[in-house]
Amino acid sequence: MNLQLDSQGRLRHFLSTEGLPRALLTQILDTAESFSGVIDKSVKKVPLLRGRTVMNLFFEASTRTRTTFELAAKRLSADVINLDVARSSTVKGETLLDTLRNLEAMQCDMFVVRHNDSGAAHFIARHVRPGVSVINAGDGRHAHPTQAMLDMFTIRQYKGGFEQLRVAIVGDILHSRVARSEIHALNTLGAAEVRVIGPRTLLPRHIEDLGVRVFYDMKQGLKDVDVVCMLRLQRERMDGALLPSESEFFRLYGLTEDKLAVAHPEAIVMHPGPINRGVEIASSVADGPRSVILPQVTNGIAVRMAVMSLAMGSAADSESRGTA
Amino acid sequence: MTELIPVDSLIEKTAAQLKSVLDERAIKDPLMVGIHSGGVWVAERLHAGLGLSEPLGTLDISFYRDDFSRIGVHPQVRPSRLPFQVDGRHVVLVDDVLYTGRTIRAALNELFDYGRPASVLLAVLIDRGQRELPIAADVCGMQLQLPSDDQIKLQGPDPLTLVIRKTA
Repeated sequence: MNLQLDSQGRLRHFLSTEGLPRALLTQILDTAESFSGVIDKSVKKVPLLRGRTVMNLFFEASTRTRTTFELAAKRLSADVINLDVARSSTVKGETLLDTLRNLEAMQCDMFVVRHNDSGAAHFIARHVRPGVSVINAGDGRHAHPTQAMLDMFTIRQYKGGFEQLRVAIVGDILHSRVARSEIHALNTLGAAEVRVIGPRTLLPRHIEDLGVRVFYDMKQGLKDVDVVCMLRLQRERMDGALLPSESEFFRLYGLTEDKLAVAHPEAIVMHPGPINRGVEIASSVADGPRSVILPQVTNGIAVRMAVMSLAMGSAADSESRGTA
Repeated sequence: MTELIPVDSLIEKTAAQLKSVLDERAIKDPLMVGIHSGGVWVAERLHAGLGLSEPLGTLDISFYRDDFSRIGVHPQVRPSRLPFQVDGRHVVLVDDVLYTGRTIRAALNELFDYGRPASVLLAVLIDRGQRELPIAADVCGMQLQLPSDDQIKLQGPDPLTLVIRKTA
């Protein structure tokens, strides 16, 4: 049984875009769209999660993701506690479970988890009591499903759908949980073609098995694409031997107006942020007319509201029935 | 047993009643807000019938319902759109069927998150009784006393038909 779904196939935890049916991903996008009206009101809130408590559990530093999760929870009228647990390689297994039991004893209803170990959110989801939902806000190199869904929301907003689209994901695929979550979401939602572009050292072996076309050259890979998803060069994770230098990377794989010229004339440029100007993307592109980087941030709030309310809705129901 | 009621005459009757209530209260230029989905269909017709100048507003009250902890998020929620400022204005809230009053409670809560109207008036096509909250319609096309097991539903948007399914 899929840990992410309840017995009726509803979203219970949101840990990965992998293995979720298209109808559910579409439901997340549709629900997010219905939350878009909330910011028109003088009271920018809905009372949906009033009286519930969301705990932001960040074992790894993050400003944007944590802030948008916090804002999403507050717009749903939930109470939010931010817990910045110091980054530590010893926070594993028993220790993580102990942390969890202590936090559960404070009667919260949802954990939003970011952790530098792949699988940390799954581990927590397997051990929480019934009625508690877990949202993965990024685990190691594994998954970052809410980022992928806000990217899907942005693509749908600008392109209308997925069926006709060629999408290129560019840069450090190897270390990127965003890339993995995007690939699964794009394939499930029926994108015509998903490409990955990067140097051999930053592309995982057998990445083709995920249903992507691999390119090592930017101009070949970007030819006629409708959407360009840039990735941040994960400098803090770089071992050193994978790249000659940042300027060399920019020369070959940095998105410039010149390289973008081979894409479809109406192609949009996305980036999960924070951007490294002059490393993976030129300022003229990041601030240019094709860039939808700031709309991505705005959309992140509505998408996280959707995921939180869907998961908490089914969790509340399963608790009242006494089943997990 | 299923009964179908044509609604054209019912809407005309509701519109005439609404006009006289507005005249009585000396409300010149009201805003009109329909509740998804049946209430919007009725509101579109009342709005045209009364020749109101401001655009029609729509509310989807799903995020304000009181049954989230029992059934979670409702499928197919549409964004609420109120293309005007409600502060200090007279608002006509429109729904198709008035039943327990819970929908109207939710709609009032949502409306007040947009601002502070001068007054709110409730117009419905049908009041079927069985209220669970202290809420009443100011304008009502038809009153029925239907037991809770019976179902009444407005089907639309074109044509509009009222369908009543009786258990007994």
